[in-house]
Amino acid sequence: MKECLVVDDSAVIRKVACRILEEMEFETAEAVDGKEALDFCKEHMPDAILLDWNMPVMDGLEFLTALRSEQGGQDPVVVFCTTENDINHITTALGAGANEYIMKPFDREIIEAKFQQVGLL
Amino acid sequence: MNPGDYEFIGQLLKQRSGLVLAPGKDYLLESRLMPIVRERGLNSLDELVAELRRPTSESLQTEVTEAMTTNESFFFRDNTPFDLFREDMLPALLEARATRRRLRIWCAACSTGQEPYSLSIILKEMADKLVGWRIEIVATDLSSEVLEKAKAGMYSQFEVQRGMPIQLLVKYFTQVGDLWNIDAGIRAMVDYRKLNLLEGFSQLGTFDIIFCRNVLIYFDQPTKATVLGGVASVMAPDGYLLLGAAETVLGITDAFKPVPNKRGLYAPTTQVSETLRDSAFGSAIPKLQAV
Ligand SMILES: C[S@@+](CC[C@H](N)C(=O)[O-])C[C@H]1O[C@@H](n2cnc3c(N)ncnc32)[C@H](O)[C@@H]1O
Repeated sequence: MKECLVVDDSAVIRKVACRILEEMEFETAEAVDGKEALDFCKEHMPDAILLDWNMPVMDGLEFLTALRSEQGGQDPVVVFCTTENDINHITTALGAGANEYIMKPFDREIIEAKFQQVGLL
Repeated sequence: MNPGDYEFIGQLLKQRSGLVLAPGKDYLLESRLMPIVRERGLNSLDELVAELRRPTSESLQTEVTEAMTTNESFFFRDNTPFDLFREDMLPALLEARATRRRLRIWCAACSTGQEPYSLSIILKEMADKLVGWRIEIVATDLSSEVLEKAKAGMYSQFEVQRGMPIQLLVKYFTQVGDLWNIDAGIRAMVDYRKLNLLEGFSQLGTFDIIFCRNVLIYFDQPTKATVLGGVASVMAPDGYLLLGAAETVLGITDAFKPVPNKRGLYAPTTQVSETLRDSAFGSAIPKLQAV
Protein backbone atom coordinates (compact mmCIF):
# COMPACT_ATOMS: atom_id res chain seq x y z
CA MET A 1 0.00 0.00 0.00
CA LYS A 2 1.28 3.46 -0.87
CA GLU A 3 1.34 6.18 1.75
CA CYS A 4 0.16 9.74 1.28
CA LEU A 5 0.85 12.55 3.74
CA VAL A 6 -1.91 15.17 3.77
CA VAL A 7 -0.66 18.61 4.81
CA ASP A 8 -3.35 21.21 5.47
CA ASP A 9 -4.20 23.48 8.39
CA SER A 10 -7.92 22.77 7.96
CA ALA A 11 -9.09 19.67 9.79
CA VAL A 12 -12.10 19.44 7.48
CA ILE A 13 -9.98 19.41 4.33
CA ARG A 14 -7.62 16.83 5.83
CA LYS A 15 -10.55 14.63 6.69
CA VAL A 16 -12.15 14.88 3.22
CA ALA A 17 -8.82 14.31 1.45
CA CYS A 18 -7.93 11.33 3.66
CA ARG A 19 -11.28 9.72 3.01
CA ILE A 20 -10.84 10.06 -0.76
CA LEU A 21 -7.27 8.75 -0.58
CA GLU A 22 -8.27 5.80 1.58
CA GLU A 23 -10.94 4.89 -0.97
CA MET A 24 -8.13 4.93 -3.51
CA GLU A 25 -6.29 2.42 -1.30
CA PHE A 26 -3.72 4.77 0.14
CA GLU A 27 -2.49 4.70 3.68
CA THR A 28 -2.78 8.24 5.03
CA ALA A 29 -1.00 10.44 7.54
CA GLU A 30 -1.75 14.05 8.46
CA ALA A 31 0.23 17.17 9.25
CA VAL A 32 -1.19 20.58 10.18
CA ASP A 33 1.62 22.70 8.74
CA GLY A 34 4.88 22.50 6.81
CA LYS A 35 6.98 22.15 9.95
CA GLU A 36 5.08 19.10 11.15
CA ALA A 37 5.22 17.67 7.64
CA LEU A 38 8.97 18.16 7.43
CA ASP A 39 9.51 16.44 10.78
CA PHE A 40 7.39 13.56 9.53
CA CYS A 41 9.40 13.27 6.30
CA LYS A 42 12.72 13.34 8.14
CA GLU A 43 11.52 10.23 10.02
CA HIS A 44 10.42 8.53 6.84
CA MET A 45 9.51 9.63 3.33
CA PRO A 46 5.92 8.99 2.19
CA ASP A 47 5.22 8.02 -1.45
CA ALA A 48 3.03 11.05 -2.01
CA ILE A 49 2.28 14.39 -0.36
CA LEU A 50 -0.89 16.40 -0.85
CA LEU A 51 0.15 19.91 0.07
CA ASP A 52 -1.75 23.07 0.94
CA TRP A 53 -0.02 26.41 0.30
CA ASN A 54 -1.13 28.87 2.99
CA MET A 55 -0.47 27.50 6.45
CA PRO A 56 0.83 29.00 9.72
CA VAL A 57 4.38 28.28 10.98
CA MET A 58 5.71 26.96 7.66
CA ASP A 59 3.81 27.27 4.39
CA GLY A 60 3.64 24.76 1.56
CA LEU A 61 6.26 26.37 -0.63
CA GLU A 62 8.80 26.66 2.19
CA PHE A 63 8.13 23.04 3.09
CA LEU A 64 8.59 21.88 -0.51
CA THR A 65 11.87 23.74 -0.89
CA ALA A 66 13.16 22.28 2.39
CA LEU A 67 11.93 18.79 1.48
CA ARG A 68 13.65 18.71 -1.89
CA SER A 69 17.01 19.46 -0.24
CA GLU A 70 16.64 16.66 2.33
CA GLN A 71 18.26 13.31 1.71
CA GLY A 72 15.65 11.20 -0.10
CA GLY A 73 13.50 14.32 -0.41
CA GLN A 74 13.38 14.01 -4.19
CA ASP A 75 11.41 10.79 -3.96
CA PRO A 76 7.92 11.75 -2.77
CA VAL A 77 5.49 12.83 -5.45
CA VAL A 78 4.23 16.24 -4.33
CA VAL A 79 0.80 17.44 -5.40
CA PHE A 80 -0.12 20.97 -4.36
CA CYS A 81 -3.74 21.39 -3.39
CA THR A 82 -4.56 25.04 -2.80
CA THR A 83 -6.95 27.90 -3.44
CA GLU A 84 -4.06 29.78 -5.07
CA ASN A 85 -5.13 29.35 -8.67
CA ASP A 86 -3.16 31.88 -10.66
CA ILE A 87 -0.47 31.06 -13.15
CA ASN A 88 2.28 32.72 -11.07
CA HIS A 89 1.67 30.50 -8.07
CA ILE A 90 1.52 27.45 -10.33
CA THR A 91 4.82 28.16 -12.07
CA THR A 92 6.48 29.00 -8.75
CA ALA A 93 5.33 25.66 -7.34
CA LEU A 94 6.54 23.74 -10.39
CA GLY A 95 9.85 25.56 -10.22
CA ALA A 96 10.25 24.49 -6.60
CA GLY A 97 9.74 20.85 -7.55
CA ALA A 98 6.00 20.17 -7.33
CA ASN A 99 4.86 17.30 -9.56
CA GLU A 100 1.21 18.26 -9.95
CA TYR A 101 -1.10 21.04 -8.87
CA ILE A 102 -4.73 20.94 -7.82
CA MET A 103 -6.74 24.15 -7.63
CA LYS A 104 -9.36 24.01 -4.88
CA PRO A 105 -12.18 23.15 -4.74
CA PHE A 106 -11.31 19.58 -5.54
CA ASP A 107 -13.25 16.34 -5.62
CA ARG A 108 -12.45 12.67 -5.88
CA GLU A 109 -12.36 12.72 -9.67
CA ILE A 110 -9.76 15.47 -9.77
CA ILE A 111 -7.54 13.82 -7.18
CA GLU A 112 -7.83 10.54 -9.04
CA ALA A 113 -7.05 12.12 -12.42
CA LYS A 114 -4.02 13.96 -11.04
CA PHE A 115 -2.66 10.95 -9.14
CA GLN A 116 -3.03 8.87 -12.27
CA GLN A 117 -1.07 11.39 -14.31
CA VAL A 118 1.88 11.34 -11.96
CA GLY A 119 1.90 7.56 -11.93
CA LEU A 120 0.67 7.04 -8.37
CA LEU A 121 -2.26 4.85 -9.49
CA MET B 1 -45.89 12.02 -19.77
CA ASN B 2 -48.42 9.88 -21.59
CA PRO B 3 -47.07 6.75 -23.32
CA GLY B 4 -47.91 8.02 -26.80
CA ASP B 5 -45.91 11.21 -26.31
CA TYR B 6 -43.02 9.30 -24.78
CA GLU B 7 -42.91 6.99 -27.76
CA PHE B 8 -43.09 9.93 -30.16
CA ILE B 9 -40.07 11.63 -28.55
CA GLY B 10 -38.24 8.29 -28.45
CA GLN B 11 -38.77 7.83 -32.18
CA LEU B 12 -37.80 11.38 -32.98
CA LEU B 13 -34.51 11.04 -31.06
CA LYS B 14 -33.73 7.65 -32.53
CA GLN B 15 -34.29 8.89 -36.05
CA ARG B 16 -32.46 12.16 -35.70
CA SER B 17 -29.45 11.22 -33.59
CA GLY B 18 -29.56 7.44 -33.05
CA LEU B 19 -30.16 7.93 -29.33
CA VAL B 20 -32.08 5.08 -27.78
CA LEU B 21 -34.44 6.44 -25.13
CA ALA B 22 -34.97 3.56 -22.71
CA PRO B 23 -38.31 3.30 -20.91
CA GLY B 24 -38.66 5.22 -17.67
CA LYS B 25 -36.32 8.10 -18.50
CA ASP B 26 -38.95 10.75 -17.81
CA TYR B 27 -36.63 12.49 -15.37
CA LEU B 28 -33.99 12.82 -18.10
CA LEU B 29 -36.48 14.31 -20.56
CA GLU B 30 -37.61 16.66 -17.85
CA SER B 31 -34.16 17.91 -16.86
CA ARG B 32 -32.96 18.34 -20.45
CA LEU B 33 -36.12 19.71 -22.02
CA MET B 34 -37.70 21.94 -19.38
CA PRO B 35 -35.28 24.77 -20.24
CA ILE B 36 -36.62 24.67 -23.82
CA VAL B 37 -40.19 24.59 -22.53
CA ARG B 38 -39.56 27.76 -20.54
CA GLU B 39 -37.57 29.47 -23.23
CA ARG B 40 -40.39 28.95 -25.72
CA GLY B 41 -42.96 30.28 -23.27
CA LEU B 42 -44.72 26.91 -23.02
CA ASN B 43 -46.20 25.47 -19.86
CA SER B 44 -45.25 21.78 -19.87
CA LEU B 45 -43.51 18.94 -21.66
CA ASP B 46 -46.91 17.92 -23.04
CA GLU B 47 -47.16 21.27 -24.79
CA LEU B 48 -43.64 20.85 -26.12
CA VAL B 49 -44.55 17.49 -27.63
CA ALA B 50 -47.63 19.05 -29.21
CA GLU B 51 -45.36 21.66 -30.80
CA LEU B 52 -42.96 18.95 -31.96
CA ARG B 53 -45.81 17.12 -33.70
CA ARG B 54 -46.53 20.11 -35.93
CA PRO B 55 -45.18 19.79 -39.47
CA THR B 56 -43.30 23.09 -39.14
CA SER B 57 -41.30 22.06 -36.08
CA GLU B 58 -37.97 21.35 -37.83
CA SER B 59 -35.86 23.78 -35.81
CA LEU B 60 -37.51 22.78 -32.54
CA GLN B 61 -36.82 19.12 -33.35
CA THR B 62 -33.17 19.96 -33.89
CA GLU B 63 -33.02 21.87 -30.64
CA VAL B 64 -34.63 19.02 -28.70
CA THR B 65 -32.33 16.45 -30.30
CA GLU B 66 -29.25 18.45 -29.41
CA ALA B 67 -30.48 19.06 -25.88
CA MET B 68 -30.76 15.32 -25.36
CA THR B 69 -27.12 14.56 -26.21
CA THR B 70 -24.68 13.78 -23.42
CA ASN B 71 -21.57 15.87 -23.91
CA GLU B 72 -19.30 14.88 -21.07
CA SER B 73 -15.65 14.77 -22.07
CA PHE B 74 -12.23 15.20 -20.49
CA PHE B 75 -8.76 15.95 -21.74
CA PHE B 76 -6.72 12.78 -22.28
CA ARG B 77 -9.78 10.74 -21.33
CA ASP B 78 -8.76 7.26 -20.12
CA ASN B 79 -5.10 8.02 -20.98
CA THR B 80 -4.47 4.73 -22.86
CA PRO B 81 -5.92 5.87 -26.20
CA PHE B 82 -3.62 8.87 -26.16
CA ASP B 83 -0.61 6.76 -25.20
CA LEU B 84 -1.49 4.45 -28.09
CA PHE B 85 -1.73 7.47 -30.37
CA ARG B 86 1.72 8.71 -29.39
CA GLU B 87 3.52 5.40 -29.03
CA ASP B 88 1.92 3.01 -31.52
CA MET B 89 -0.24 4.63 -34.17
CA LEU B 90 1.90 7.66 -34.96
CA PRO B 91 5.23 5.81 -35.23
CA ALA B 92 3.65 3.19 -37.53
CA LEU B 93 1.96 5.78 -39.72
CA LEU B 94 4.93 8.14 -39.85
CA GLU B 95 6.87 5.27 -41.32
CA ALA B 96 4.12 4.16 -43.67
CA ARG B 97 3.51 7.68 -44.99
CA ALA B 98 7.14 8.79 -45.06
CA THR B 99 6.97 9.80 -48.72
CA ARG B 100 3.61 11.57 -48.72
CA ARG B 101 4.11 13.18 -45.31
CA ARG B 102 0.46 13.63 -44.78
CA LEU B 103 -1.88 12.34 -42.08
CA ARG B 104 -5.55 12.87 -41.53
CA ILE B 105 -7.20 12.36 -38.16
CA TRP B 106 -10.91 12.44 -37.39
CA CYS B 107 -12.62 12.90 -34.02
CA ALA B 108 -16.08 11.66 -34.91
CA ALA B 109 -17.99 12.93 -31.85
CA CYS B 110 -15.74 15.61 -30.47
CA SER B 111 -18.17 17.28 -28.06
CA THR B 112 -16.55 20.35 -26.43
CA GLY B 113 -13.13 19.75 -27.98
CA GLN B 114 -11.12 18.04 -25.24
CA GLU B 115 -10.36 15.04 -27.45
CA PRO B 116 -9.08 16.84 -30.58
CA TYR B 117 -7.15 19.34 -28.44
CA SER B 118 -5.47 16.50 -26.52
CA LEU B 119 -4.32 15.11 -29.87
CA SER B 120 -3.15 18.54 -31.04
CA ILE B 121 -1.09 19.00 -27.89
CA ILE B 122 0.55 15.60 -28.34
CA LEU B 123 1.44 16.56 -31.91
CA LYS B 124 2.74 19.95 -30.79
CA GLU B 125 4.90 18.28 -28.13
CA MET B 126 6.57 16.11 -30.79
CA ALA B 127 6.80 18.85 -33.41
CA ASP B 128 10.49 18.22 -34.04
CA LYS B 129 9.64 14.79 -35.49
CA LEU B 130 6.92 16.24 -37.68
CA VAL B 131 8.80 18.88 -39.60
CA GLY B 132 7.53 18.93 -43.18
CA TRP B 133 4.40 16.94 -42.34
CA ARG B 134 0.89 18.08 -42.97
CA ILE B 135 -1.38 16.75 -40.27
CA GLU B 136 -5.06 17.53 -40.33
CA ILE B 137 -7.47 17.03 -37.45
CA VAL B 138 -11.12 17.12 -38.42
CA ALA B 139 -13.49 17.19 -35.45
CA THR B 140 -17.22 16.77 -35.85
CA ASP B 141 -20.32 16.63 -33.70
CA LEU B 142 -24.07 16.70 -34.08
CA SER B 143 -24.55 19.57 -31.67
CA SER B 144 -23.87 23.18 -32.69
CA GLU B 145 -23.68 24.26 -29.09
CA VAL B 146 -20.75 22.00 -28.20
CA LEU B 147 -18.99 22.94 -31.43
CA GLU B 148 -19.20 26.62 -30.50
CA LYS B 149 -17.70 25.87 -27.13
CA ALA B 150 -14.97 23.73 -28.71
CA LYS B 151 -14.04 26.51 -31.13
CA ALA B 152 -13.86 29.05 -28.32
CA GLY B 153 -11.52 26.71 -26.43
CA MET B 154 -12.48 28.21 -23.08
CA TYR B 155 -12.64 25.81 -20.14
CA SER B 156 -13.50 26.04 -16.47
CA GLN B 157 -11.02 25.26 -13.73
CA PHE B 158 -12.94 22.05 -13.11
CA GLU B 159 -12.71 21.01 -16.77
CA VAL B 160 -8.98 21.62 -17.14
CA GLN B 161 -8.26 19.71 -13.95
CA ARG B 162 -9.92 16.60 -15.29
CA GLY B 163 -7.07 15.29 -17.36
CA MET B 164 -4.81 18.16 -18.38
CA PRO B 165 -1.37 17.68 -16.78
CA ILE B 166 -0.29 20.86 -14.99
CA GLN B 167 2.84 21.39 -17.11
CA LEU B 168 0.74 21.28 -20.28
CA LEU B 169 -1.86 23.58 -18.75
CA VAL B 170 0.80 26.17 -18.03
CA LYS B 171 2.30 25.73 -21.48
CA TYR B 172 -0.77 25.75 -23.68
CA PHE B 173 -3.43 27.77 -21.85
CA THR B 174 -3.92 31.38 -20.83
CA GLN B 175 -5.82 32.23 -17.71
CA VAL B 176 -8.81 34.52 -18.31
CA GLY B 177 -10.45 35.28 -14.97
CA ASP B 178 -11.59 31.93 -13.64
CA LEU B 179 -11.38 30.32 -17.06
CA TRP B 180 -8.59 28.83 -19.10
CA ASN B 181 -8.29 29.52 -22.82
CA ILE B 182 -6.38 27.14 -25.04
CA ASP B 183 -3.72 28.77 -27.23
CA ALA B 184 -4.67 29.97 -30.68
CA GLY B 185 -1.92 27.80 -32.17
CA ILE B 186 -3.51 24.64 -30.78
CA ARG B 187 -6.99 25.81 -31.77
CA ALA B 188 -5.86 26.40 -35.33
CA MET B 189 -4.82 22.76 -35.65
CA VAL B 190 -8.42 21.56 -35.45
CA ASP B 191 -11.01 21.93 -38.17
CA TYR B 192 -14.48 21.79 -36.58
CA ARG B 193 -17.50 20.81 -38.62
CA LYS B 194 -21.07 19.95 -37.85
CA LEU B 195 -21.90 16.38 -38.80
CA ASN B 196 -24.52 13.79 -37.95
CA LEU B 197 -23.05 10.30 -37.94
CA LEU B 198 -26.37 8.94 -39.21
CA GLU B 199 -26.17 10.98 -42.38
CA GLY B 200 -23.10 9.61 -44.09
CA PHE B 201 -19.69 11.15 -44.16
CA SER B 202 -17.90 10.09 -47.32
CA GLN B 203 -17.61 13.83 -48.11
CA LEU B 204 -14.96 14.10 -45.37
CA GLY B 205 -12.46 12.07 -47.40
CA THR B 206 -10.31 9.26 -45.99
CA PHE B 207 -8.58 9.15 -42.62
CA ASP B 208 -5.58 7.41 -41.12
CA ILE B 209 -6.76 7.61 -37.52
CA ILE B 210 -10.33 7.83 -36.31
CA PHE B 211 -11.37 8.50 -32.72
CA CYS B 212 -15.01 7.48 -32.38
CA ARG B 213 -15.33 7.41 -28.63
CA ASN B 214 -18.26 7.34 -26.26
CA VAL B 215 -20.92 7.94 -28.86
CA LEU B 216 -21.79 4.42 -30.11
CA ILE B 217 -22.91 3.55 -26.58
CA TYR B 218 -26.05 5.61 -27.13
CA PHE B 219 -27.05 3.69 -30.29
CA ASP B 220 -28.78 0.34 -30.87
CA GLN B 221 -26.96 -2.56 -32.54
CA PRO B 222 -28.07 -1.94 -36.15
CA THR B 223 -27.16 1.76 -35.88
CA LYS B 224 -23.75 0.90 -34.39
CA ALA B 225 -23.17 -1.52 -37.28
CA THR B 226 -24.18 1.04 -39.92
CA VAL B 227 -21.99 3.77 -38.43
CA LEU B 228 -19.00 1.44 -38.04
CA GLY B 229 -19.47 0.27 -41.63
CA GLY B 230 -19.38 3.88 -42.75
CA VAL B 231 -16.32 4.56 -40.61
CA ALA B 232 -14.56 1.61 -42.27
CA SER B 233 -15.35 3.06 -45.68
CA VAL B 234 -13.51 6.31 -44.94
CA MET B 235 -10.51 4.66 -43.34
CA ALA B 236 -7.12 3.92 -44.88
CA PRO B 237 -6.51 0.14 -45.07
CA ASP B 238 -3.62 0.49 -42.61
CA GLY B 239 -5.45 3.03 -40.44
CA TYR B 240 -6.59 2.81 -36.84
CA LEU B 241 -9.88 3.17 -35.03
CA LEU B 242 -10.26 4.01 -31.36
CA LEU B 243 -13.42 3.35 -29.43
CA GLY B 244 -14.47 4.29 -25.90
CA ALA B 245 -13.71 2.12 -22.88
CA ALA B 246 -17.22 0.62 -22.87
CA GLU B 247 -17.43 0.07 -26.64
CA THR B 248 -16.38 -2.74 -28.97
CA VAL B 249 -16.77 -3.95 -32.55
CA LEU B 250 -17.13 -7.56 -31.45
CA GLY B 251 -20.54 -8.97 -32.33
CA ILE B 252 -21.44 -5.75 -34.18
CA THR B 253 -19.39 -5.60 -37.36
CA ASP B 254 -16.59 -7.53 -39.01
CA ALA B 255 -15.31 -4.41 -40.73
CA PHE B 256 -12.80 -4.01 -37.87
CA LYS B 257 -10.78 -6.35 -35.70
CA PRO B 258 -9.22 -5.60 -32.31
CA VAL B 259 -5.47 -5.02 -32.36
CA PRO B 260 -4.12 -7.67 -29.93
CA ASN B 261 -2.96 -6.34 -26.57
CA LYS B 262 -3.94 -2.76 -27.38
CA ARG B 263 -7.08 -1.92 -25.47
CA GLY B 264 -9.67 0.02 -27.43
CA LEU B 265 -7.65 -0.07 -30.66
CA TYR B 266 -9.07 -1.57 -33.86
CA ALA B 267 -7.81 -2.05 -37.40
CA PRO B 268 -9.89 -2.44 -40.55
CA THR B 269 -10.13 -6.03 -41.79
CA THR B 270 -8.56 -6.25 -45.22
CA GLN B 271 -11.30 -7.83 -47.27
CA VAL B 272 -13.80 -5.35 -45.91
CA SER B 273 -11.65 -2.33 -46.49
CA GLU B 274 -11.05 -3.40 -50.07
CA THR B 275 -14.68 -3.97 -50.92
CA LEU B 276 -15.85 -0.94 -49.00
CA ARG B 277 -13.25 1.32 -50.48
CA ASP B 278 -14.69 0.77 -53.93
CA SER B 279 -17.92 2.26 -52.73
CA ALA B 280 -16.30 4.61 -50.26
CA PHE B 281 -17.23 7.74 -52.04
CA GLY B 282 -20.68 6.58 -52.93
CA SER B 283 -23.33 6.50 -50.25
CA ALA B 284 -22.21 3.77 -47.91
CA ILE B 285 -24.89 4.91 -45.52
CA PRO B 286 -28.38 5.56 -46.79
CA LYS B 287 -29.65 8.85 -45.52
CA LEU B 288 -32.34 8.26 -42.92
CA GLN B 289 -35.77 9.62 -43.51
CA ALA B 290 -36.71 12.70 -41.59
CA VAL B 291 -39.34 12.30 -38.91
C1 LIG C 1 -20.05 11.73 -24.44
S1 LIG C 1 -19.62 12.76 -25.82
C2 LIG C 1 -18.06 12.04 -26.30
C3 LIG C 1 -16.97 13.08 -26.44
C4 LIG C 1 -15.58 12.52 -26.70
N1 LIG C 1 -15.52 11.71 -27.91
C5 LIG C 1 -15.09 11.71 -25.51
O1 LIG C 1 -14.97 10.48 -25.62
O2 LIG C 1 -14.81 12.30 -24.47
C6 LIG C 1 -20.76 12.20 -27.07
C7 LIG C 1 -20.98 13.19 -28.21
O3 LIG C 1 -21.61 12.54 -29.29
C8 LIG C 1 -22.43 13.47 -29.97
N2 LIG C 1 -23.42 12.73 -30.78
C9 LIG C 1 -24.49 12.03 -30.36
N3 LIG C 1 -25.15 11.51 -31.40
C10 LIG C 1 -24.48 11.90 -32.51
C11 LIG C 1 -24.68 11.69 -33.90
N4 LIG C 1 -25.73 10.97 -34.38
N5 LIG C 1 -23.81 12.25 -34.77
C12 LIG C 1 -22.75 12.96 -34.31
N6 LIG C 1 -22.51 13.18 -33.02
C13 LIG C 1 -23.37 12.67 -32.13
C14 LIG C 1 -23.03 14.27 -28.85
O4 LIG C 1 -23.46 15.55 -29.30
C15 LIG C 1 -21.87 14.35 -27.84
O5 LIG C 1 -21.16 15.58 -27.95
